[in-house]
Amino acid sequence: MKGFLLAAALVAVLLLLNGLFTGSLISGVSISPYYLQILSLAGINIILAVSLNLINGFTGQFSIGHAGFMAIGAYGAAYVTATFGERIRSALPALPEVALDSLILLLALAVGALMAAGAGFLVGVPSLRLRGDYLAIVTLGFGEIIRVFILNIDAVGGARGFSGIPKLASFFWIYVFAAATIAVVYRIVHSSFGRTLIAIREDEIAAEAMGVNTTRSKVISFVVSSAMAGVAGGLFGHYLMYLHTNSFTFIKSFEIIIMIVIGGLGSITGSVLGAVLFIGLTEGLREFAQYRMLVFSLLLIVLMIVRPQGILGHREFGGLFQRFRRRRLDTPAPPPVIQA
Amino acid sequence: MNGLSLGSIYALIALGYTMVYGVLRLINFAHGDVYMVGAYTGYYLSRKLKGDEPSLLAALLVMLGAMLACALLGVIIERFAYRPVRRASRLSLLITAIGVSLFLENAAQLLFGADPKFFPSLAPRTDFILGGVRITSEQLTVIGVSVLLMLALRFFILKTRTGKAMRAVSFNQDAAKLMGISTDRIIAITFALGSALAAAAGVLIGMQIPKIDPLMGILYGLKAFVAAVLGGIGNIPGAVVGGLLIGNSEVMVVGYLSSTYRDAIAFAILILVLLLRPQGIFGRVQKEKV
Repeated sequence: MKGFLLAAALVAVLLLLNGLFTGSLISGVSISPYYLQILSLAGINIILAVSLNLINGFTGQFSIGHAGFMAIGAYGAAYVTATFGERIRSALPALPEVALDSLILLLALAVGALMAAGAGFLVGVPSLRLRGDYLAIVTLGFGEIIRVFILNIDAVGGARGFSGIPKLASFFWIYVFAAATIAVVYRIVHSSFGRTLIAIREDEIAAEAMGVNTTRSKVISFVVSSAMAGVAGGLFGHYLMYLHTNSFTFIKSFEIIIMIVIGGLGSITGSVLGAVLFIGLTEGLREFAQYRMLVFSLLLIVLMIVRPQGILGHREFGGLFQRFRRRRLDTPAPPPVIQA
Repeated sequence: MNGLSLGSIYALIALGYTMVYGVLRLINFAHGDVYMVGAYTGYYLSRKLKGDEPSLLAALLVMLGAMLACALLGVIIERFAYRPVRRASRLSLLITAIGVSLFLENAAQLLFGADPKFFPSLAPRTDFILGGVRITSEQLTVIGVSVLLMLALRFFILKTRTGKAMRAVSFNQDAAKLMGISTDRIIAITFALGSALAAAAGVLIGMQIPKIDPLMGILYGLKAFVAAVLGGIGNIPGAVVGGLLIGNSEVMVVGYLSSTYRDAIAFAILILVLLLRPQGIFGRVQKEKV
């Protein structure tokens, strides 16, 4: 009941903000479309970063092809809307416009998520059966190959790009899904299944010895993460109304990795912080756009040397204060973790 | 013939992957980019050195210069990026490798420009017809130089003291250290060797397909890695066989199916290898130690 109320309150606040930002609530009060777009893209990046953190940060398996799954979700969802959107509209003429829009968007996102999850399964099973960094190289290859394939499918525009996608996603929808992603990842990580994921991250052999089916856990985590990337892709397409494979190169994947590494692998609030920081820095340093990736790559190397855990490490932002208080009150500080 | 020469190039790059993996258990993501830097060094050197007539001496100098420059680059990367995090978790090492790779790609785009460049031809070219098959002198050079380099590598690893030390480090790093081997030095040498081979591959590809761009290292690196896995990662003859197999299957796919799928075949092979024989053709199943 408490969770339901919280969700309802969140939706109400988001609706209010959406109205304020777009100027539909009070006439004359709005923010510039430029900032609205940045805020919305930041929301999509939050979904991408938090979902990638599930597999990279919490499960400890390195995926570097998140943009590939995003592309599948984006194209899958856009294809659904472009092909079936009008048919759904004419089949249900009684429904109001808003309800129809939402219905079509949700349907499209569901298809996009399912397709991305399927691809995640196909990629994950062969590479996650093994220990080691195979997932990294397989996902890198997958991300590049899938682009070539999409480029050669004429039904989704091929090299011309996919245009004419109706604008169904908005600030409101993007942040609803960002909040949902955060909630789902939080619940997963704090469940008994989540603890098996963390056990795998800490020591795979020990986890297996304790009876964890490591392959199964890793694949589930990877599939969930891919599905969320698919949702992010679907929102991306329905927000910008145009898709081109150039938006989903390995550079996009690396950007998401930079976000979660800066924020802290294994910290949900860290990923959110990383995503927002990344977007902020990218937009703030527009004049130096050509040096941007150079700086970020250097940052990645230096960060690994001086602070490999990122800004927040495994901690969560709100937990910082709580832990401090608890430690002072009763128990002595836990011994530092000794790395083997 | 096309397949053989393309395969030799993959093999040369794959050797670097497999050697570094052997000593550090690290997928060196930056290796493909070192190959790209090799191609560019070759490009600038050959524009400097080239007279009016293409000469063999200039070609040799270009090749050696590029190899030397990249060996240095490899050592620098190892010293300043990988060594500080070597004792940290495997994940930090991997992230560092990705960081180095991104850095090289973006630095190259700034330094060399993002547009592709065209490699000048170095050696005089003649075509031979052998039993109805057309062979260009470039292809012969590529294959000849690759074979020479691989034999030299084999000699170095099997017959010299440093090579023996390298095998020891790859077998068990801690034990090698206890035996008085300077593991830091050996790892640096491994990076130098691997990078020099990648540079040679870069110059050779410049001779054969004279278009080079700052992002060329990604796809070649990926395929060479697949070659290393196919042959059995950590296994040096395996890398060569894997490279030749990947090169040939790619040329066959282009010839019989469609050039659209030329990049997909390596990926399909990788998935199949991981499913059916993850240790590769020549690899042994490694026992896990706790």
